[in-house]
Amino acid sequence: MRYAETGYTLEVDLTRGNVERVETDPKETELLLGGQGIAAKILFDRIPQGMDPLSPENLLIFSTGLLHGTPVPACNRTVVNTISPQTGLMAHSLMGGFFGPELKHAGYDRIVITGKAPDLVYLWIHNDKVEIRDATHLRGKGARETAKLIEEELNNQYIQVAAIGLAGENRVFTASIEHGFSSAARGPGPVMGDKRLKAIAIRGTKDVYVAKPEELFKMCIDLRKKMAESKDVGDWMASDEDDSFHHNHFAWGNARTRQKTYWSAELQQRWTDWKYDHMDRQAGCYNCPKQCINVISWPGYERFGYKCYGKDTYHMAAFKELDYSYEILGTALEYGVDSYSTPQAAAFAVELYEAGILTDEDLPDFPSDSGERIRYLLEKIVRREGIGDYLADGVYRAARRIGKGAEKYDHNTTKKFEQLPIKLGKLNPPYFLMIATGEKMAITQIEGSFPQDPLPTMKEREEFVEKWRVVIPDEKFAKYFLEWEKRHDISDEASCNITDWNEAMHYLDDSIGFCGFCSSFRGQFGGGVVYHINNMPEIVSLATGMDFDKDKLWKTFQRIRNLVRAVNVKRGMRRKDERPPEDHWAVRDEESEQRLLDIYYGFKGWTRDGIPTKETLDSLDLGFVSEDFLKSGILTGDETIASPEAPAEKDEEQKSGGR
Amino acid sequence: MKKKVRRIRVNLDKCNGCRACEMACSAFHATPRYSSVNPSRSRIRVVTDILNDEYVPIRATDYTKAQCDGRRVYTINGKDYSECSFCGSICPARDLFKDPDSGLPLKCDMCESDPPQDEPLCVQACSLDALTYEEVEEEIEEEIKRSEVELGLQSLVDRYGLVEIRDIVTRMAHRD
Ligand code: SF4
Ligand code: SF4
Ligand code: SF4
Repeated sequence: MRYAETGYTLEVDLTRGNVERVETDPKETELLLGGQGIAAKILFDRIPQGMDPLSPENLLIFSTGLLHGTPVPACNRTVVNTISPQTGLMAHSLMGGFFGPELKHAGYDRIVITGKAPDLVYLWIHNDKVEIRDATHLRGKGARETAKLIEEELNNQYIQVAAIGLAGENRVFTASIEHGFSSAARGPGPVMGDKRLKAIAIRGTKDVYVAKPEELFKMCIDLRKKMAESKDVGDWMASDEDDSFHHNHFAWGNARTRQKTYWSAELQQRWTDWKYDHMDRQAGCYNCPKQCINVISWPGYERFGYKCYGKDTYHMAAFKELDYSYEILGTALEYGVDSYSTPQAAAFAVELYEAGILTDEDLPDFPSDSGERIRYLLEKIVRREGIGDYLADGVYRAARRIGKGAEKYDHNTTKKFEQLPIKLGKLNPPYFLMIATGEKMAITQIEGSFPQDPLPTMKEREEFVEKWRVVIPDEKFAKYFLEWEKRHDISDEASCNITDWNEAMHYLDDSIGFCGFCSSFRGQFGGGVVYHINNMPEIVSLATGMDFDKDKLWKTFQRIRNLVRAVNVKRGMRRKDERPPEDHWAVRDEESEQRLLDIYYGFKGWTRDGIPTKETLDSLDLGFVSEDFLKSGILTGDETIASPEAPAEKDEEQKSGGR
Repeated sequence: MKKKVRRIRVNLDKCNGCRACEMACSAFHATPRYSSVNPSRSRIRVVTDILNDEYVPIRATDYTKAQCDGRRVYTINGKDYSECSFCGSICPARDLFKDPDSGLPLKCDMCESDPPQDEPLCVQACSLDALTYEEVEEEIEEEIKRSEVELGLQSLVDRYGLVEIRDIVTRMAHRD
């Protein structure tokens, strides 16, 4: 009997209209857990070299986490992976809600979709019964509207739906997949649209078994209680109305303008009133006691829900206030666009217009009000109309297509992907490493366990560490933190280990299914997360019956981390792609940054070019990767790991990442 | 007569729609206990319509052969609720509180067990106090409690007729 997982993958070929239920190998689970871990293996094995992400061969994979559907609370993140047309690399995308657990109850650990339907379709999965159904009547419909219409059509109130809106249908690169009030952004939306897959509807009524029922359930009751009571998990922004952090510290417009004294008590009161006068409820995700989603009904607009910083991006792009975001969010979510990168692409166009690079010819009837402008551009982007067709490819590609010096205005992307609009003074070394080498594209998906800033006094540090001891992987992290005085001043060794630990928790979350607000993202604030490297092994063991201890789980992270890197190396990603935005910090020192990068590559067992060596791969049971790399010439087998002392290899001509 | 009545109060305003109550109920009723989870086997279901901001946990009350005529819609605070959203009947009009495999009714048994639970499992799982448990002394008429087996049989009788069921049971008894 398979515990926690179902042991089946649903393979869907939209070109042939074929659907197959395929049994999987439990050994793979032990090596890669589930979720993104196994998805990375599927992408590595099956994506042909040099494939165009917008070709039928691309795969779109919806994965459950290993522990979805078990009693383990806040374990509901659905992972969506594909090769992103925006970056050309492996897309990393997550959504909360109910989709993954429902899929597991339908009897599948994941859906692997290939091919391209002749016209718009949706997938209807009802346990063993799987149908590809016509969706031409849903063309152009909003994402949530689509879910509602499918619910009526199937006459089933208990289905879970993930759908794309107009943006996804039009293959807007910043399109998201929407499910309830959760979205999966950063890549899969346009691929779903390219496959002409409007939606997936699921109803599952099968049992999910666990290996050690009594112990696990008891543990889960305790965990849940802790979560409910703790301020150190969940999204504090759902109820903390002081949002000076984002407004004073993040850059407005095209990630450009800081307003360091923007926030005021009067403003806070006004915004708080707007929110609470129109908030119906704070909702949550499957089997989680937190309430991170603010559900708002703003007069004249559809009800919508948002989380975290999602409420800020539109008004910060437009230099407006919260009511502006409230007016636009419902519409944007129906269109299905990522609220992080889309407003940036729009604000980028506004800047180009003001610089005279875009003209009235490119933007006919362009309004003069800053808010009207972003709205105008949003409408163009989701329809790929006129200049919207350029902007829909994201800032990096739009800049190159527009030309005329527009490239200079693309100042906030890494690996062709929009970064958070943060502009700081001195370089924070672990952040340099995370932004440079991270492959989850957004820093929020990479940072999270080690605090962003030192605490001012030793007493405060000691207090923090006291509580933190439960969650840290090793005593050395306590030492790093206690000794840390200035943000930019931290040892190379600490920087490497911090980056690794931060990444570890995300890679484990995204394979097991945990929500980062109870785990990987949240430890940096408060230090008291509920899931951490010290209790994850036991939870996984009790649920699956496989024996995991801390070392084995850590090694599993390393395996998945290197496998994801392998997918991207195969796609052409190399050292020269690993550069944070040039203006992310005002004070830069190329030489010491590259030195740190060498040290980190060495620490990871990677070559000077950021490729895992044969030894590294083989030691992580990734022999199939090293074999592939030797065959295709990516590795020769003689590589040594990077080190700042090693003589620089001859500057071979490097291939650029992605397409 | 006076009797201790066990009650679960529901506060719709506090519900976040997490369905932990469904998870816990199904785990508790699994055999062996907690060995599996399956919300569609739960005796509590959260009727959800996010665009209407509707989150209503309902517990399965009793099995009924016929559906009622009630299809009224109530508007509360600008949200529309159908009469069914509040009704716990295990009725033929909907696919709710029926075992997904056998179709037999699943009735809330207040998690009666030996030894008894401190609180019903759905209440234990609801950290937001949308569900709260209370025991009160009340004047009530003695009701005849029907077991899960009897309820199941009753629904089969309703579907196939008493004679058929009786014959099958007799046949089965003789086979051993
Ligand atoms: S912590 Fe918040 S975002 Fe995470 S699963 Fe719970 S409700 Fe959802
Ligand atoms: S009281 Fe027990 S049986 Fe009834 S709904 Fe709650 S968990 Fe289920
Ligand atoms: S556990 Fe409580 S909050 Fe969650 S859905 Fe059930 S009643 Fe609502």
